[in-house]
Amino acid sequence: MSNSAVLKNGLTLALIAAVCSGLVAVTYALTRDKIEDNRKAYLEQKLKPALSGVFFEGDVTESVVTLAAPHGLPGNDDAMIYRVYASGEPVAALFIVTARNGYSGPIRLLLGVDMNGTVTGLRILEHRETPGLGDKIDEDKSDWVQQFPGRSLGDPAIDGWQIRNDGGEFDQLTGATVTPRAVINAVRDTLIYFAENKEQVFAMQEDKAQ
Amino acid sequence: MTERRYLQSVATALWRDNPGLVQLLGLCPLLAVTGSFVNGLGLGIATLAVLTVSNGLVSATRRFLQKEIRIPIYVLIIASLVTCVELLFQAFFPALDRALGIFIPLIVTNCAIVARAEVFASKNPVFSSIVDGFGMGLGFLLILVTIGLIRELVGQGTLFADMHLLLGGEPFKGLVVADAGWLIAILPPGAFFALAVAIATKNSIDRRRHARLRERTGLR
Repeated sequence: MSNSAVLKNGLTLALIAAVCSGLVAVTYALTRDKIEDNRKAYLEQKLKPALSGVFFEGDVTESVVTLAAPHGLPGNDDAMIYRVYASGEPVAALFIVTARNGYSGPIRLLLGVDMNGTVTGLRILEHRETPGLGDKIDEDKSDWVQQFPGRSLGDPAIDGWQIRNDGGEFDQLTGATVTPRAVINAVRDTLIYFAENKEQVFAMQEDKAQ
Repeated sequence: MTERRYLQSVATALWRDNPGLVQLLGLCPLLAVTGSFVNGLGLGIATLAVLTVSNGLVSATRRFLQKEIRIPIYVLIIASLVTCVELLFQAFFPALDRALGIFIPLIVTNCAIVARAEVFASKNPVFSSIVDGFGMGLGFLLILVTIGLIRELVGQGTLFADMHLLLGGEPFKGLVVADAGWLIAILPPGAFFALAVAIATKNSIDRRRHARLRERTGLR
């Protein structure tokens, strides 16, 4: 191949690359706002059910802290805390943490806790548990997560934060004990963290808007 | 090509040369996302769009293409189209985008697309390339929804569940045929079983047709 052929090929590639990038850039510019809105709406729609019975004002997604491990919360991934306020006073906190020892990998969960340390809601955000067995932790599949709202560290006592098989007070799932165990442990550890660091949680510097 | 020829090329892509059933291209997404009808349909539409447009663009640029750089150019074109489709899905079908996850960006690696660029679009005029891409995309879409339908019905006992992901509106639980299904159909092995059944059905239909043809004409 002669030099001029190489040059010509290079130019053709560059031209096509530029056109293609232009196409992507235009699509990106046209869809950016809509995608951002969708992301926010999805997040809010996911977060709100974990705040049942809590009166709050404003945008739940506004005051968020992302903590890199080690952070004292369950899991090695980043943990997130959404702080929820009413009339400027903190009323609850939403934790996104990871239960490490699920049956097929980590389980990402969302836990709402009010200022008394009472659970206001639990939702499973991501998991890869077995369909039909462990995936019943998903609120779409069964109402297993509904046994948590209203519970706190004293109710049941710390030894009761286990599945019934292990002598605790929480229902297990037929055919799956590893999954509920992992979730219950993560919920308990998050409650302990919140009880010990309540003031600090609301004092932390919130993430800068991107 | 006349209109008849266009129709014929689409028909060939749907049945005789079906990318999923006969060429066995794009098997990874085919097996992975077809747990339900709506997932199959979503990925089918995305693949159809990319394949049609990429065939058109490859054909439009075929006169400038040197042999040595044609593959990087296909990759460039296909990758940018897939990125656009991904952004559009995120903007307009966010829930479906979450359900399909990595398989939207992975359309880039669907060999059915680069195969049509190389085999057909790089040698044929723009319009017939677009028709070819559309036909192949439709063939792939049909096999995706067929397998999705079978697996959803057997594994979950429903038909067309979660169609709201694509059409919008209220959450739709689907037409419930049975209260529970046979779990294995939704798990990965079910994908292989369903594909095997689909291929076997097609081969058996073909064989019967050939046999009838032979009887009628007396030829072997």
